[in-house]
Amino acid sequence: MKYYIKNQLYGDFGDREGVKSSGTGMGGGFEDLTRDWPLWEVFIRSKQGLDHKHVGSLHAADAQMAIENARDVYTRRQEGVSIWVVESKYIHASNPDDAESLYDPANDKVYRHPTFYDLPDELKHM
Amino acid sequence: METTQMNQSQEQYFQGKIDEEIRIEPRDWMPEKYRQTLVRQISQHAHSEIVGMLPEGNWITRAPSLRRKATLIAKVQDEAGHGLYLYSAAETLGTSRAEMIDQLHSGKAKYSSIFNYPTLSWADIGAIGWLVDGAAIMNQVPLTRTSYGPYARAMVRVCKEESFHQRQGFEILLTLSRGTEAQRAMCQDAINRWWWPSVMMFGPSDDASPHTAQSMKWKIKRFTNDELRQKFVDVCAEQVKMLGMSLPDDNLKWNEEKGHYDFGTIDWQEFWNVVSGNGPCNRERLAARIKAHEEGAWVRDAAMAYAEKQRMKTERSVA
Amino acid sequence: MNRELFLYTLHLADNALILGHRNSEWTGHGPNLEQDIAISNIALDLIGQSRNLYQYAALVFNKNNDALSSIINSPAFQKVPGEIDEDDLAYLRDVNEFRNCLLVEQLNGDWARTVTRQFLFSAYQEQLYRGMQKSYDLQLAAIAEKSLKEVLYHVRWSGEWIIRLGDGTDESRQRLINAIESLWAFTGELFHPADYENEIASAGIAPFVSEMKQAWMEKISNTFKTATLELPSNTWMQQGGKNGVHTEHLGFLLAEMQYLQRAYPNSEW
Repeated sequence: MKYYIKNQLYGDFGDREGVKSSGTGMGGGFEDLTRDWPLWEVFIRSKQGLDHKHVGSLHAADAQMAIENARDVYTRRQEGVSIWVVESKYIHASNPDDAESLYDPANDKVYRHPTFYDLPDELKHM
Repeated sequence: METTQMNQSQEQYFQGKIDEEIRIEPRDWMPEKYRQTLVRQISQHAHSEIVGMLPEGNWITRAPSLRRKATLIAKVQDEAGHGLYLYSAAETLGTSRAEMIDQLHSGKAKYSSIFNYPTLSWADIGAIGWLVDGAAIMNQVPLTRTSYGPYARAMVRVCKEESFHQRQGFEILLTLSRGTEAQRAMCQDAINRWWWPSVMMFGPSDDASPHTAQSMKWKIKRFTNDELRQKFVDVCAEQVKMLGMSLPDDNLKWNEEKGHYDFGTIDWQEFWNVVSGNGPCNRERLAARIKAHEEGAWVRDAAMAYAEKQRMKTERSVA
Repeated sequence: MNRELFLYTLHLADNALILGHRNSEWTGHGPNLEQDIAISNIALDLIGQSRNLYQYAALVFNKNNDALSSIINSPAFQKVPGEIDEDDLAYLRDVNEFRNCLLVEQLNGDWARTVTRQFLFSAYQEQLYRGMQKSYDLQLAAIAEKSLKEVLYHVRWSGEWIIRLGDGTDESRQRLINAIESLWAFTGELFHPADYENEIASAGIAPFVSEMKQAWMEKISNTFKTATLELPSNTWMQQGGKNGVHTEHLGFLLAEMQYLQRAYPNSEW
């Protein structure tokens, strides 16, 4: 018997619990034994002073394992000094259909950018 | 009626983004066919990385020096990493890794036929690095600009790591080519056996490749099979001279007019034979993957059961 | 002292190489991709350690060739012209000239057996390298310092697997118990010093293995306890590896590992 996690990834689509068939509780394991470990999103700080950046995902049974897997998978070439992991189902994403209402209003707010202000070139240290 | 119209305008908008080189991201609207094509291509690519670990892994325990042993482990391990990056990219399209792996094991999904050829001598590890990874890089570099964001980002990572593989392979062959008579023979033999399968890696020629046009339009693919193949032949025909070896093709000749090498006819019958499961190692490769997966099942289950117990404990202590 | 230093360094190097080799047999066959990568990383760490140690052993050998050449009698090794290097030591010695402990040469078996072997050995290596950081031999001290960082991760990784399997499903628990039962007999040798180990420890080059046992046992018991496991009751211990008397498994491992070097002598690879 095989059960797959068919739900959409990146959260917002309900919880995985729905896929798990009525479990027998502790000790007896799971009904759907072939299911994969949950998916985790990985964020790496490549060096001190920089933000954590999304680098990809991986599968792990728990958070501890996810961090270690991320270390083995995504920092084999000294790519990182710090790792964040979050189970993918907990990521809430904006809807791309809302992009216009969310981001376009920023288009005419150029005054938020420093180049908006016309100042003499002689002015230093600003 | 209304939905069809809406789909049409969405599709136009979608194609407009592609034409403007705007990347498509996971939750953007996309034609179902685009999604399917990507899942098929990315998972096939991921499977190739994973199955590709086997022929080379064969030689980890027999690598002839500690340095070679370490670099070969690192290389095969990188391939596991590449498979992982690619499965991740495909998962953003809503297909789970378990499902993709099941398709591989059931024979429904394909992987690159090249890995159905056997690795018979140490020189094969060099030939795979030089020719097979070389062909793969030709295919992969354009994919760093492919239209689907997660795929393109995965490929950037893959290509960065892949270049070490090809250099490693060439170095193995170079060392053999400067070695004893027996080593030189080993080197030439490996090139002879891997050359044509590598040329075939670019897939059927353009007139026999049904998906190419649509994939080019969607910018999933950026060059045709034959364009890439020609580029590969041109590069290898020069590089082989540095080894003092030859490529097994009597028709290989520089064509001044075209500015490219002419080369012999590909044995497409062999190609389709191997694709359809009759290569020298198809059964062994798949059997090895299935065995690892099945023998790993209790391990994966145990880790989940443990994680579940821990979660329940935490919940109970909070309550 | 050079004789003991050479033998001891070989012993350390052989431990690392043989276990690294065993772990690398998993590459491409792990229980899933993530763990395939993890076990391959540990293989790489160990083979890296072995290379540092063999290079040092080769240095000691080349400096004292006259006094040490009688230690290694395999014909292939004897025929090496001029100075020896790391590969001559790894690929041209015969099985009775390897001085790794028996634990590391045991077959991989299932995942439970592999992580158990790793945990028992890494916990030992942790104590060893901790002590060796203060060695009078600066080269060994430097290797120990570098290796310790890797080993701490191996201990953590394998220890977590012990806990997961012990407290996972009924099947994983049974498999783990079987693994511990069969490997436990090889742990006594870790703390039973060979003559060269005693000499080396007396000279302040390495810690006394007998003094490491308590900390090791504490680590093992704590982890087993978290994994809801008992310590094994069998106390009979196998030994011999440190002096070149091995189980049958090592010969096969070396036959495979050394075949190219032996079949094509004096070649560059």
